[in-house]
Amino acid sequence: MTELRLNINGVDHDLDVSESLTLAALLRQELGLTGTKIGCDEAECGICTVHVDGIPVDSCIYPAFKAQGRSVRTVEGLACRAASDEEQLHPLQREFINHCAVQCGFCTPGLMMTAAALLDENPEPEDRDIKVALKDTYCRCTGYTSVLRAIHSAGRVMRGEEPLPPGEPEVVTPLKSIGHSELVPDIVDRVTGRAKYTDDYSFPGMVFARTLRSAHPHAIVRHIDTSRARALPGVLAVLTRADVPGENAHGIVTLDWPVLVGENEVARYTGDAIALVAAGTADIAEQALRLIDVEYEPLPVVADPVYAHSPDAPLVHAGREGGNLLKHIKVRHGDLQRGFDEADVVVERTYRTPIIEHAFLEPECAIGVPPGLDDEHQKLTIYVGSQIPYQDRNQVARAMDLPDEQVRVRGTLIGGGFGGKEDIAGQIHVAMLADALQRPVKLLYSRQESLLFHPKRHATVIRIRTGARRDGRLTAVEAELYGDGGAYASLSDKVMTRATTHATGPYDVPHAKIDCYAMYTNNPPAGAFRGFGVTQSAFAVEQNMDLIAEELGMDPIELRHINAQKVGVVTATGQKLRDSVGLLETIRICDEDLRGKVNGNFRWGWREGDLAWGWGVACAYKNTGLGGGAPDKSAAEVEAFDDGTVEVRTSSADMGQGLVAVLAQCAAEELGLPYRQVRVLLSDTDLTPDGGPTTASRQTFMSGNAVRHAAIGLRDALSSVLSEEHDRPPDLLRFEEGLVRVNGSSVSFGDAVRLARSQGIPTRIQHEYWGPKTQPLGTGGDMHFAFSYATQIALVSVDINTGVVHCEKIISATDVGRAINPMLLQGQIEGGIVMALGNALTESFIVEDGVPWSTLLARYKMPSIKHTPEIVSHLVEDPAIEGPYGAKGVGEIPSINTMPAITNAIYNAIGVRVFSLPVDQDALLLALRHGETEVHSAWHDVRETKQQV
Amino acid sequence: MALWERYHTPRTVADALACLARYDGRARLIAGGTDLLIDMQHVENGEHPLAALVDVTTISEMTKVSAQNGWLRVGAAVTHTSIVKSSLVEKYATCLVESCGVVGGLQVRNVATLGGNVAHALPAGDGTTSLVALGADAEVAWKNGLREWLPITQIFRGPGVSALDSRQDVLVGFRFRCSRDGEASAFKRIMRPQGVALPILGCAVWVQLDEDRRVLKDLRICISPVDRVPVLATEVENALRGREISEALVREVASAARDKLHPRASKYRASAEYRSHMIETLLNQVLPLAIERARSGIARAEGVGLG
Repeated sequence: MTELRLNINGVDHDLDVSESLTLAALLRQELGLTGTKIGCDEAECGICTVHVDGIPVDSCIYPAFKAQGRSVRTVEGLACRAASDEEQLHPLQREFINHCAVQCGFCTPGLMMTAAALLDENPEPEDRDIKVALKDTYCRCTGYTSVLRAIHSAGRVMRGEEPLPPGEPEVVTPLKSIGHSELVPDIVDRVTGRAKYTDDYSFPGMVFARTLRSAHPHAIVRHIDTSRARALPGVLAVLTRADVPGENAHGIVTLDWPVLVGENEVARYTGDAIALVAAGTADIAEQALRLIDVEYEPLPVVADPVYAHSPDAPLVHAGREGGNLLKHIKVRHGDLQRGFDEADVVVERTYRTPIIEHAFLEPECAIGVPPGLDDEHQKLTIYVGSQIPYQDRNQVARAMDLPDEQVRVRGTLIGGGFGGKEDIAGQIHVAMLADALQRPVKLLYSRQESLLFHPKRHATVIRIRTGARRDGRLTAVEAELYGDGGAYASLSDKVMTRATTHATGPYDVPHAKIDCYAMYTNNPPAGAFRGFGVTQSAFAVEQNMDLIAEELGMDPIELRHINAQKVGVVTATGQKLRDSVGLLETIRICDEDLRGKVNGNFRWGWREGDLAWGWGVACAYKNTGLGGGAPDKSAAEVEAFDDGTVEVRTSSADMGQGLVAVLAQCAAEELGLPYRQVRVLLSDTDLTPDGGPTTASRQTFMSGNAVRHAAIGLRDALSSVLSEEHDRPPDLLRFEEGLVRVNGSSVSFGDAVRLARSQGIPTRIQHEYWGPKTQPLGTGGDMHFAFSYATQIALVSVDINTGVVHCEKIISATDVGRAINPMLLQGQIEGGIVMALGNALTESFIVEDGVPWSTLLARYKMPSIKHTPEIVSHLVEDPAIEGPYGAKGVGEIPSINTMPAITNAIYNAIGVRVFSLPVDQDALLLALRHGETEVHSAWHDVRETKQQV
Repeated sequence: MALWERYHTPRTVADALACLARYDGRARLIAGGTDLLIDMQHVENGEHPLAALVDVTTISEMTKVSAQNGWLRVGAAVTHTSIVKSSLVEKYATCLVESCGVVGGLQVRNVATLGGNVAHALPAGDGTTSLVALGADAEVAWKNGLREWLPITQIFRGPGVSALDSRQDVLVGFRFRCSRDGEASAFKRIMRPQGVALPILGCAVWVQLDEDRRVLKDLRICISPVDRVPVLATEVENALRGREISEALVREVASAARDKLHPRASKYRASAEYRSHMIETLLNQVLPLAIERARSGIARAEGVGLG
């Protein structure tokens, strides 16, 4: 311990601390300044940025003693206190709020600190200056468009000018609350660093855990010796398979994933957990992991889904009926032979998409608290940022051999999810350790462990044959898909079903035969990821569409226009579309935006010097809700209080998309309350009813409806009381502006509640909303109760001397049914587009023979602000009859057609078509030089040669 | 994991050497630490916690940029940001600003040092590539206290291996001749948006024109990586030295260089063939840029910040 003198946020500190601390650790652990977040510990993501003497640095790799004698400023020091002690937000904080540049909020402190240093140095930055400053400060939610605008706006405020108006999209006439861009209630906490994510919680006596994972992608664990680890001073517990009290399995659909792999059991991927250590510090726990001796008997590795299907492939789950075939999914529609007989042109190609990592900026963290710690913890409690709290509870209870009711899952804020926080991570492990030690236990994954462990987007190989008549009408689609499900089932069945059923694209295709093989391999498991399989099939479908258009000499937009699904069309799964099919309108709007003003001078591709430019179009559709016959329900309750406020409760998760605001708006709308009088409590299995999983773009529709109906129930209850009291029929009562008006007089909402209570009328109403019934695949009828639609047009430039591709602009139109909160919705669209842009241009999670190469964030580049294209996003509101106020899902639809729009644009720019992602500039340039028109390799195919200099 | 135990901030090179000597191989030098700490944590997995880190960024002679008697001196602990913002470096060694300006992101450039870039001894370190083209010398303080100026290329022994041992020696700084009238330099590189942030190819050029600004009197070209260590592209230089400048000449030499130099393929970075093409592409861009600067006498660094 040595003295460290620092001025932190204006306050002098003399600290007696260890010299081995990083600045981030000092701030978070020693000083409790948890506003500074750690995203990678690699100086890659930038979200830990703080200022040292005014200069932004990555605090995760900045030795604290390097700052000796200096001034440090963190997000907690951005706002200042007015004389009245009222908090005065920094202009950046205000403008990040106003421009909706905050979603999950986890990266927000880093973005703002980096931007604050920029504005201090350059009060009037251009776009380029902002991109230079924030190039290595990542955000996975917003797509950066709103961030750029917020920074410009803050700069204006700091220069004494008017802020920029928020770029609100145009929407249909708003209702009282619906259709307004209300702010997420805790938004100020997210810009001041007060917002608490799981790792920001601490409990008395809390200890720290780490997980030992398999050294091999496929091996029998022969022996585990924990004695050396147990002997390490500070180690409190080492748990193995024998310590699992209940069932040694978890899984969202199939219980095939061991909690811990025990002796003489099989480890099936390098993320499999072998042992758990808890110790007084995370460092000691980490050291102890190295003292656990494990003997493995390596088994042959299944590294590829196509190989996995071959008869000679080793079995990933020995003894399992069906072998490595996790699921064969079939779509049969019409008469395929007839379809191809009617076709004048047929194209057939094979497409490949890689494993994609969610890279939510908050790595997984769970805290287990034993029963009886204090009044708040009467039962085993798990704190976690989870997309499915009730399923977590069930899986924890099962493994702990407890009734569900003896476990409580309390959802914390989630620093991004995107589907990657649906499966169990550390929830069961902390439950076991908390139970064993009877102390609170925190298990925080490092970024590197997160990369290794959690389920990813399925890699796919998709062969697809498309037929069309000379007039452009599609006649048939035949496709074969392979999906790499990895070691455990997770949601493979569902994801690959969605890939299969959407493999005709959003078109009227009379004949189709589609087969998909979801395979077990020894790769990391694949599961839910925004776009849920449709992202992959759309890459194939939409490029085949352009190939057809080219064969026919037809405009690619025209081809899509001719075939677009509309009301009355029957999909390949036998579903007759009855309402809310806004695809044609999205096509029309994009077309109008693209070439409405060019008077026939439009070209899809052109050259300017060394740059080739091209536009490319792609359409998409995506189901809302679970569908396929799965019972889809969401429960919510609405409780009214004397003070005129209302609390909405459901277990649904807000991972940054803004569900809290949407649900509050639904309640406010029905109860005629100002938005601010509605509170929302989410994700607590003891306090909130089950809203179901936050997946499948379903929560606005499902929980939105549940809240709406519960609010209507509450309104009806209050109406009946008041109508009796005032002797007026209930339909003459009007709930508005926080009042209930009766024939010219009015009572406050709070008084109405008090009156109802005094009469013993319940003012807490729960509603369980059941989505419209759906049918399993293969049985015809409605497989889904709603679909969202979108068209995107991408503009790319390709440097013909280097092959370097830039996406310069995206024009997007999205049919969302109804925009409940236009700014939040636009944020989903912009973020979804940039995420998919990453899938197209920057991302691939590389696994070599079962062993991940992408073990560092430095090896997995997601889009940075410098990649952000200009995004023009239009909304189409073709109402879904069953949706709340007509709304349907928007979470995933923007991430589906960006990839093919970009690759179609590349083709239109340089005449080379890309069949495998991510786009490899190397292969692209060589194709150009060799006069080839197709590239079938991707970045991860670039290999070393033996040739030495 | 704690990666080190003690943290020292010596004020002089002699103190730093003495501090290292005291730990007898159990301490290492740290400057910005942006490579070192990541290597210790994620590559070496923190297996061997160091007894100490010895921070050289508090040594004033190592954090200065100065021009004297036609020589520019850059301390090894000068940050990339300081170089990018230095009007002296931009004027006298434009390529160094251009190469330091594309390293990492802003937060990394704010702490990462030029000496760290060189000490890392990567075959394609951006700052290194420019220093080689500038014909720089590096000053080393050996463990025995002796100071020595070495041609920069003598620092490199192999990929990631330098002549210095950061557990006992100190890289103090660099010097090179300021670009004079009729002289200039330029740097560009090719990146890909995927994977590790190492250049596919970097190219730095320093040129000296004759009085009429028509003939390439002298030049140095560093293209990296084409070898296990950064090297001058002597063959390419020879094909240009003493020749009258023309567009055709540049094109011809660039094209010949593409066929003559044999860069290797590296996994998840570039095929050998792609790299060969990039040699031509870069020479076609960087040579004319350096020549133009030498002719006009105006040298404004390009491309800083968005590498």
